[in-house]
Amino acid sequence: MDGDDETSGPMIDEIYANGDDGDKRSRRAIMSADHLDIEAYAGLYGGRTKIMRLLFIADKMNNPTTQLEALRMAYDEIKKGENTQLFREVVQKIDGRLGPAYAMDTAWCESVDRRAEQKKEKLDNELNAYRTNLIKESIRMGYNDFGDFYYAHGQLGEAFKSYVRTRDYCTTSKHIIHMCMSAILVSIEMGQFPHVTSYVSKAEQAPEALDPITVAKLRCAAGLANLEAKKYKLAARKFLETGPELGCHYNEVIASQDVATYGGLCALATFDRAELKSKVIDNSNFRNFLELVPEVRELINDFYSSHYASCLEYLGNLKANLLLDIHLHDHVETLYDHIRHKALIQYTHPFVSVDLNMMANAFKTTVAGLEKELEALITDNQIQARIDSHNKILYARHADQRNATFQRVLETGRGFDRDVRSMLLRSNLIKHEYNVRALRKL
Amino acid sequence: MDPLEALVTQIQGLSSTPSDVTRLHTILKQSDDSLRSDSTRLSPLLSQLDPSLHSLGFLFILDASTAGPVSKTQAENVVPIVTRFIGACSAEQIRLAPEKFISVCKRLKDQVLLLEAPIRGVAPMFTALRKLQVSTEHLTPLHSEFLLLCLLAKCYKTGLSVLDDDVFEVDQPRDLFLYCYYGGMICIGQKCFQKALDLLHNVVTAPMSTINAIAVEAYKKYMLVSLIRHGQFSTSLPKYSSSVAQRNLKNFCQPYVELANSYGTGKIAELEAYVKTNAEKFEFDSNLGLVKQVVSSMYKRNIQRLTQTYLTLSLQDIANTVQLNSPKEAEMHVLQMIQDGEIYATINQKDGMVRFLEDPEQYKTCEMIEHIDSSIQRIMALSRKLTTMDEQISCDQLYLSKAGRERQRYDFDDFDVPQKFNI
Repeated sequence: MDGDDETSGPMIDEIYANGDDGDKRSRRAIMSADHLDIEAYAGLYGGRTKIMRLLFIADKMNNPTTQLEALRMAYDEIKKGENTQLFREVVQKIDGRLGPAYAMDTAWCESVDRRAEQKKEKLDNELNAYRTNLIKESIRMGYNDFGDFYYAHGQLGEAFKSYVRTRDYCTTSKHIIHMCMSAILVSIEMGQFPHVTSYVSKAEQAPEALDPITVAKLRCAAGLANLEAKKYKLAARKFLETGPELGCHYNEVIASQDVATYGGLCALATFDRAELKSKVIDNSNFRNFLELVPEVRELINDFYSSHYASCLEYLGNLKANLLLDIHLHDHVETLYDHIRHKALIQYTHPFVSVDLNMMANAFKTTVAGLEKELEALITDNQIQARIDSHNKILYARHADQRNATFQRVLETGRGFDRDVRSMLLRSNLIKHEYNVRALRKL
Repeated sequence: MDPLEALVTQIQGLSSTPSDVTRLHTILKQSDDSLRSDSTRLSPLLSQLDPSLHSLGFLFILDASTAGPVSKTQAENVVPIVTRFIGACSAEQIRLAPEKFISVCKRLKDQVLLLEAPIRGVAPMFTALRKLQVSTEHLTPLHSEFLLLCLLAKCYKTGLSVLDDDVFEVDQPRDLFLYCYYGGMICIGQKCFQKALDLLHNVVTAPMSTINAIAVEAYKKYMLVSLIRHGQFSTSLPKYSSSVAQRNLKNFCQPYVELANSYGTGKIAELEAYVKTNAEKFEFDSNLGLVKQVVSSMYKRNIQRLTQTYLTLSLQDIANTVQLNSPKEAEMHVLQMIQDGEIYATINQKDGMVRFLEDPEQYKTCEMIEHIDSSIQRIMALSRKLTTMDEQISCDQLYLSKAGRERQRYDFDDFDVPQKFNI
């Protein structure tokens, strides 16, 4: 517990202040949405996801300066690549607000398109030649090149098809893994997460031992897929299993910071206390990730040591940023609700009676609001307690086993009685019908 | 000698010993047609017979004489005769010709309805039903007629006395359908919702090859009663109900299904709005009263839910959460529910707080032990019945021949497998 910085207070205060000492602790600078450093953020990623993330931020942001900043960076990034389709979209979104330097560059588009046309033809010819010669490895390479080409030009569906086609020509397990990684990458970009799951499992089944970086990448991909499928617990497990070797090797999909955030939040929402301790806090692998995002580390520690107010505050501050995350934004509300409910349940668990005023203080909310939340949890049977709304106290409720058993027995008896009676009646009716039919036959 | 005179003499002569009565029955059956052709001349003959001694003959002649359509004034004359006959007749004799007896009773029902005095038929019909019944487990066609008269005469209590018997033996499915449907309505009238639910459940889940109007109407009421009693309703019927019912019943009761859905959301205002817009449909089915009870049950349900979460709650808060207009109204609701034993609570009027208590039943009293004991006895009796029934079925020729035929096919397969292995 965090009792050492308030040694002067009497013991009793400390107990009552369970979870309410957030204010006394030193405040760390917490980044908030307005200060989101887009440049630093974008620096974490590479490839197509960088552009997509920037565009996503631009879409979600109401602040025009940040919005334009994001668009400007996206523009620059696209210019480095060959995706003219995306380029046109961005230019349309910028709408001339960034001056003539960021206007429509028709000449660039045309030259890129022309080159693409030529390259496609060349690849086509090459592939046809390989196919007539029936050289497996070359055909694989040919399809692979096609996949890369389509991917660079933003034709994800075609890219996926090409990558998958290489599968028939894979000869070593290394090839298979390469194929799986490419397919996973494209599927994530397309948002086709069921594909991701299947290709991850395919890659994991490879007979040869995988190198640690690939393993880490696969874990991340599986985690993302589970997150999108709302299987938060599985997602948390996958992210927690991700090895520190990941580094920035997978920045075309996910940054290490994201692993910490996604994994931390999912774990907080779904794990129980023991699991949280053993799998998150004591997990030396994952600690490396958490170091990258101190806010998440702090809030997990706060949650575990029952400083709910400070934990919830961290969460509140993080929220705006998380809503700008391309993968997490849909799940933020659900995860937050889960975390809050778990905090409430954990808070009430050890007590026979809880003063609602204290509790509301600890959760930085009003008594009335807390009452509503508790009511929902009690109705859901997640907390066994009843609220004394007059004195604002929550009393734990211990079910009387004996009475409950009697009640259940009598109820079961009545149910049995009813069922058997109606069954006898039905069987007689059926018998009757059968007899009628038999008579008719005679 | 006039054939009718002769018949009367025979009736008078052959009504003492059982064997004589059987002979008389054959004679009467033979002369049934001639009786019908002479229906106008029959009434005076009845005065020569004693209904308690010559029940069978009296029955035949009565049946023939009342066969034609009757006017109101005639009915005025006939009803007392039939009533007297039902009261006096001997059960052994009339059971020889149940179909005659039933048709006479049905005519009695028609006539009291014609006279718009259904209550005049209740008592005789009850006597008739008991006389016709071999055992209390037997459902006669008169059951449904009796319950209908009870409903029309609003003598619900009398109806309940019959509904207390457990019925197992049924001749005509239609009788059962009507019996359960009317019975359900009587129980609803008496607010025995669980019993009503059971009866209606029997209708809905009964084996049927085609959908029928009784089942549809019963299903509508079943839904409403289920909402009142349990506060929820699932549209899926149990597996043992007929496939026709599972597939089609819902489609006939769309407004009710939507009502149940709206109830499920727990929002009073929504439910009330829905009821208001669809009041005509419910009125048309004459279920509007029941629908209104559903609405008011929602208040109760919501208050009951509060007892699970709160120890004390102010009347104002209750009114707010349950969406009642004033604390006063909330107090009335809570009071009513305490009175009905639906919740355990005390109201403190001084500061307007309600204190919810736990169920005070400790399962320690003598009455409770007796209740439990009687329940055990009941279940044991039921289980014995089940065993006998099982034995009966396993000795049933039809069943055995059917089961045997299927068994053979399996045996053939069993026989087939080892052969393959031998090769």
